[in-house]
Amino acid sequence: MVEGSVRGEHRPGPAERGASQSYLLDRRQAVPELVGDPRDFLIVAGLAGTAKDFGHLTGDGDNLFALAGAMGAAAMTGLGLALSQPDRRVLVATGDGELLMNVGALATIAAVNPPNLAILCVDNGHYGETGYQRSHTSLGVDLERMAAGAGIRTTRRVEREADIPGAARLLREENGTAFVLLKVAPTDPPKFRRDMRPAAVRHRFRRALLGL
Amino acid sequence: MPAGNPASWQDQLYEKLRAHGVDQFAYVPDAGHATLIDRSLADPDVHSIALTTEEEGVALAAGANLGGSRAVLLMQSSGLGNCVNFLSMIEGGQFPFLTLVSMRGDYGEGNPWQMSMGKAVEPVLRAMGIRSLRVDHPGDVEPAAEAALTMVFKAEERVAVLLTQKLIGAKSF
Repeated sequence: MVEGSVRGEHRPGPAERGASQSYLLDRRQAVPELVGDPRDFLIVAGLAGTAKDFGHLTGDGDNLFALAGAMGAAAMTGLGLALSQPDRRVLVATGDGELLMNVGALATIAAVNPPNLAILCVDNGHYGETGYQRSHTSLGVDLERMAAGAGIRTTRRVEREADIPGAARLLREENGTAFVLLKVAPTDPPKFRRDMRPAAVRHRFRRALLGL
Repeated sequence: MPAGNPASWQDQLYEKLRAHGVDQFAYVPDAGHATLIDRSLADPDVHSIALTTEEEGVALAAGANLGGSRAVLLMQSSGLGNCVNFLSMIEGGQFPFLTLVSMRGDYGEGNPWQMSMGKAVEPVLRAMGIRSLRVDHPGDVEPAAEAALTMVFKAEERVAVLLTQKLIGAKSF
């Protein structure tokens, strides 16, 4: 029985707390610090934690297309958007589980290498929405190395406060696809209620961007 | 192309896609789509995107639409099996979606591994809210493409054009 667990809800026990204590950053501070003004980006957010991070950060902005299903689809959605809007900065923000579900997308994206695309992986090492089960990144998988191995030329790992400014610049200025791995503690994202209707969000996004 | 040679239906199909403004071509390489793939690679005005798995092309098409562009997913029938969950975003978001599917497990197929998905293509498309147009003869390719492109990009529908084994022939492997 793991200390602190309540009716199947998993709270990190002593051994895991030891591991998670090596992650100093809280997503509720680190994500906004890394992103800066979200209006500078067109944003695709993967489901669950990062959708909440960015729903909160943008106030459910019309420059945000946040998924609530199609797990694994965020990165490639961002690629299609980046190719269609070469003069705009496109940010894909997603969690470790979502990215792993279609991790081959890193290879597909690296081969295209659009200069206006940045990928931010908010890696808390757990599946937050389903009870904080450990994900593969708690079991040895290193997504930054996978991104580099896939051919993404610019990758950065953010684990400490001091890592943030340089990574923030990459998200905004790198002239080639950039991948930033943000290691955060397995704590909850901000609570935020956003529009969950995919067609409504699609129309809203396009109306704001294209006037359609 | 040498003068006097009529364009192949594959070349006509490529030109039709371009005439309708399709500029993102996504594919897992397949022999049935070789001409379309090669033409997209040679065309400086389009993005030619090789996928590690077919569902990436579904998400790409959604992203392209969000940004105001038009994508096409070129895949073999077996690849549809990989696409199913991402197609839920296409249907839920009411995205326009065009896929050209080179059939296997179809008329004259000799590889038993292809049979299951070959039979499943139309039921799976129907289950995911995608209409299919079967093309059996070379002369039907261009009209079917025109029809599909109109439905997809004018009416924001979801359409699969099935290039059947009567049209493209059965493979020997």
